Amino acid sequence: MGSPSTDPRAALPGTVVPKRRNTELAMLGFAVLITLAAQCIVDLTVTGSLRPELATFGGWFAALWVVVHLVVRRFAPYADPLLLPAVAVLSGLGLTMIHRLDLAALQADAEAGREDAPVQLLWATVGVALFVAILVVLRDHRLLSRFAYTLGLVGLVLLAIPAVLPASVSEVYGAKIWIRVAGFSIQPGEFAKICLIVFFAAYLVDKRDVLALASRRVAGLELPRGRDLGPVLAVWVVSILVLVFERDLGSSLLLFGIFVVMLYIATERASWLLIGLGLFAAGAFLAYQLFGHVRVRVDTWLDPFAYRDEGGYQLVQSLFGLGTGGLFGAGLGGGRPDQVPVAKSDFIAAAIGEELGLFGLVAVIVIYLVLVERGLRTSLVVRDAFGKLLAGGLAFAVAWQLFVVLGGVTGLLPLTGLTTPFVAYGGSSLVANFGLVAVLVRISDAARRPATPPPPPKQALGEAPTEVVSS
Amino acid sequence: MNAPLRRVAISVLVLFTLLILNVNYIQVVRSDELREDAGNTRVLTEEYSRERGSIVVDGTEVALSVPTQDTLEYLRQYPQGPTYAAVTGYYSLIYGAWQMEDAENDILAGSADRLALRRLADLFTGRDPAGGDVVLTLDPAVQEAAMAGLDGVTGAVVALDPSTGAVLGMASTPTYDPAQLSSHDPAAIRAYADELGAMEADPRLNRAIQDNYPPGSVFKVIVSAAALSSGEYTPDTVIPAPDTLTLPGTSTTLENFNGSSCSSSQEQSLIDALTISCNTAFAQLGIDLGEDRVREMAEAFGMTGDGMEIPLEVAGSSVGDIESEAALGQSSIGQRDVRMTPLQAAMVAAAVGNDGTLMTPYLVDQVRAPDRTVIDRADPEEFSTPVTPEVADQLQEMMESVVANGSGRAARIPGVAVAGKTGTAQVAEDVPDHNWFIGFAPADDPQIAVAVFVANGGGTGGDVSAPIAGDVMQAYLEGQGG
Repeated sequence: MGSPSTDPRAALPGTVVPKRRNTELAMLGFAVLITLAAQCIVDLTVTGSLRPELATFGGWFAALWVVVHLVVRRFAPYADPLLLPAVAVLSGLGLTMIHRLDLAALQADAEAGREDAPVQLLWATVGVALFVAILVVLRDHRLLSRFAYTLGLVGLVLLAIPAVLPASVSEVYGAKIWIRVAGFSIQPGEFAKICLIVFFAAYLVDKRDVLALASRRVAGLELPRGRDLGPVLAVWVVSILVLVFERDLGSSLLLFGIFVVMLYIATERASWLLIGLGLFAAGAFLAYQLFGHVRVRVDTWLDPFAYRDEGGYQLVQSLFGLGTGGLFGAGLGGGRPDQVPVAKSDFIAAAIGEELGLFGLVAVIVIYLVLVERGLRTSLVVRDAFGKLLAGGLAFAVAWQLFVVLGGVTGLLPLTGLTTPFVAYGGSSLVANFGLVAVLVRISDAARRPATPPPPPKQALGEAPTEVVSS
Repeated sequence: MNAPLRRVAISVLVLFTLLILNVNYIQVVRSDELREDAGNTRVLTEEYSRERGSIVVDGTEVALSVPTQDTLEYLRQYPQGPTYAAVTGYYSLIYGAWQMEDAENDILAGSADRLALRRLADLFTGRDPAGGDVVLTLDPAVQEAAMAGLDGVTGAVVALDPSTGAVLGMASTPTYDPAQLSSHDPAAIRAYADELGAMEADPRLNRAIQDNYPPGSVFKVIVSAAALSSGEYTPDTVIPAPDTLTLPGTSTTLENFNGSSCSSSQEQSLIDALTISCNTAFAQLGIDLGEDRVREMAEAFGMTGDGMEIPLEVAGSSVGDIESEAALGQSSIGQRDVRMTPLQAAMVAAAVGNDGTLMTPYLVDQVRAPDRTVIDRADPEEFSTPVTPEVADQLQEMMESVVANGSGRAARIPGVAVAGKTGTAQVAEDVPDHNWFIGFAPADDPQIAVAVFVANGGGTGGDVSAPIAGDVMQAYLEGQGG
C-alpha cells in the first residue's frame, strides 16, 4: 500500500473527531427544501397551480435523502458532511429543471408523451440503492484495489460494447455510445469511467515508483524513461479508438484527461502532464484532419453564429438563452429553455443559466466546486496511497467532466456529448455518479476516522466484490 | 502525493474560474447583443405572452390583443383594419412591428420606463403584466371620410386641428389588412406580404408621412407668405403675369397650365394670381424675392429637410437645391426639387389658419396604464411662427378667394367659408400629374386643416383632390355640431 503520508489535518489517534452528521442532516434538509420550493415556483409560474403529484415527489425525494443519511450515519459515520448535501441540491435542481422542461413540452403539445422527471426520480432511486449497496458492502475502500484488474477489464468491455453493437442499438444523434434495450437506454461509458479510475488508481500505486524514474533532465523537467511510456500510450490509443468507433469526443477527452492527471498525482512528475498534453495535441490534430465530425465540431465552436441554422444551432440557442437570462434570469418557469434542443440532457446548464441567471449558474458551479474540493481534500487527508489516488481521480473526474460539458455549452470548448453530473437527464450518468460519490464517501469516512478504533470486522470483507461491479 | 494533489486542486479552481468568467462574459457583456439577435425568438414570444395594450380611437379599440389557445398566448386584432392601417401599422411575428405598433411599442408591450413602478407592483401582487393603451387623436368621421374619398386611387389625406396640431385624420391608399400580417401563421403572413409587395403601389407605405412628392402650386402659398412678409407686397399688389416666361439665363420658357393666359394685360394682383394659380406670375415673384426669402419661409413652415416623429417617423420636406434663378423660378411653383409630405402640406394650411402659428403635429392624445389610468397626456407645442397674424389674415383672404372664385371651387361646403389652394404637379413626361389640395374651414375660425394628395390622379388638384378635402372637412364640422 505504498508509504502512508501523514497530513496535519488527519485526526490523531485518541482525539475526538466531530462526525458532523447533524450538520449533514441539516444541510440535506435545506437541499430538499430548496428543491421543493423550486418545484412549487415552476408549477405556479407555468401552470398557475400546484400539481397533486408534488406531494408524492416531495415525500419520495426527501425519503431518498433520509435513507442516504441514515445509511451514512450507520456505515460511514465519519464521512465528509458536505459531499451529500451538494449532491442533493444538484440532483434536486436537475429534477426541477427536467420537470420544468416536461411542462414546456406538454404546453407545446398536450400529447407530448411521457414525462421525464418521474423517470429521472426513479433513476435517482436506483442511484441511491447503488449508493447504499456500496456503503454497506464495501466497508474498506482498499478492498477495491484487489479487484482493480478485473474492474479495469470490465471498464474496457463496457467502453467497447457500443462500438461493436449494431448502430440501430447503439447510435443516438451520431454518437455510438448507447445500449438500447426494451425502451431503456444505457450509456455504459459512464460506468466504465468509474471502473477505469479504480483500475488506474491501483495500477499507478503499484507502478508509480517505476514510472517516476527519470532518464534525463531537459529544461528542468525530469523526463521518464522511454519504455515507461507504454501505459500512457495505451490509454491514448484507447481514447482515440473511442473517438473513432463511437464518435464520442467527450468520453475520449474525459478518459485521457483523468488518466494523465492521475499519473501526475501518482508520480509527482510534471513531465507526464507535458507528455499528455503533447499526445493530446497530436491526437486532436489527427482527429481534426481525419474525421469530418470532429472538424464540424471545431468549426462550429470557433464561429457558432456562422452555422446558426446548421451545426451551430444548438449552441447558438444555448447562448441566446444564457444571454436573455442575463444577471438574474427569467425566473423558474419564466424563460424558454425548451428552445434549445435536448435541453434536458446535454444543455441543462443553459436552461439553468436562462432561468436562474448568472447568479444561479455561478451558484451551481460553486456547488460543484465544493463537491470537488471536498473530494480532493479527502484525498489529501486519507492515509493510504490507493485511497489518495482513487479519491483524487474521482474528484477530478467530476471537475473535468463539468468543465468539458459547461465549457461546451457556453462556447468555451468544442461541444461534446457529456452530461452534467447529477443534474442532467440520463439514468446511466445519474446512477454511475451516485456510485462515484458512494466511493468518495467511503474514502472520506476512512480519512476522517481516528486511526486507533478497531478495524472493520474481517468477515464482512469477503462478500464485497461481486456486488460492486453489478452496476 | 499531496503536493501534486494541491496543484490539481488549484488547477480545478482555475478551470472553474474560467467557466465563471466565460459565463459572466456571455450573460453580462454579451447579454444585450444575444437578447436582441434576430434569431432569438425569446423576447418575441415573451411579448406575445403578455396582453399587449390597445390602440384606441374615440373610445373604440382599433388594435387589441385577444387571448388564444396557441403557444403565443395573444393574437393581435384590428377590427377596422384597413381604415386605420396607415396609423396602426401591424404587429407581425415575421416582419416585426410597424408604425404606431412600433413607435409606441414600449408602452403597448408594457416595457416603458413610465410603467416601471407598475411592473414592480405586478411582481408582488402576482398580477399578470400587461401593456398600456395608446389613445390616438384621430377622429373617426374624418378618417372614414378620408378613406371614402381616396377609394380607388393611390394617395393620402392628412387632417390637423390647426390650434393644437392634433392629427384628426391620416389615411393612405391603397390600404391593407394589418390583421393578416399579425396572425400566428407564418406561411399565411408571408403569402399576404408577397401579395402586397407585388402590387403596383405597396400598401404598407404610409404615403401621408413616409414619402414626399412635388407639391406643385400648393407651394405658391409659401411664396405668397414670403412676398407678404417682405412688406413690399399686399394681396392687391399688381405683379407681372405674362403668358410665357423665359427663365433667366436660359432659353427655356415657362407656361401657364394648358398654355392659357393669366391676364390679358400680362399682369394681375397677387390675390388674383393665387386664385387662378398663375405659374408665370409666381415664378417671376419667386425670382424677384430671391432664394433666401423663399427658402427661409419654407423652412419656417417646416420644410427643413429634417424628419420628425409624431411619434411615427415623418420623412423630411424641403425645397431642395436651387442652383440658378431659372431653378428658383421653377421651384417657386412647386416643381423641380421641391418635395412635401402630405403632412407637411397640411401643416402649411394649419399654420395659415392658426393666425400664423404652426403647432407641432401629434398623433397620441393619451397614454394609459393597463388599468386605464392616464399616465401621459399630449401637451400641444408650438413648432414655429412662419408669418405674423396680419400676413396670416391676408393669406387666408387669398385662399378663400381660391375656393370661392378660383381653382378650388370643388372644396366648397354649403354654409361654410373654406380657404384652400390646389396643386397639380408634373411628375415626368407621359406620367399623369399629382393632384393636391390644402385648405382649412371655417375660413375665419378654422377647426380643421387638411391636405389631400392623389398620386398620378391625372386631373387637376381642383377636380380630383378638392372634393375629397371638402368632404373630409364637412364630415368633421358636422360631427362637431357645426
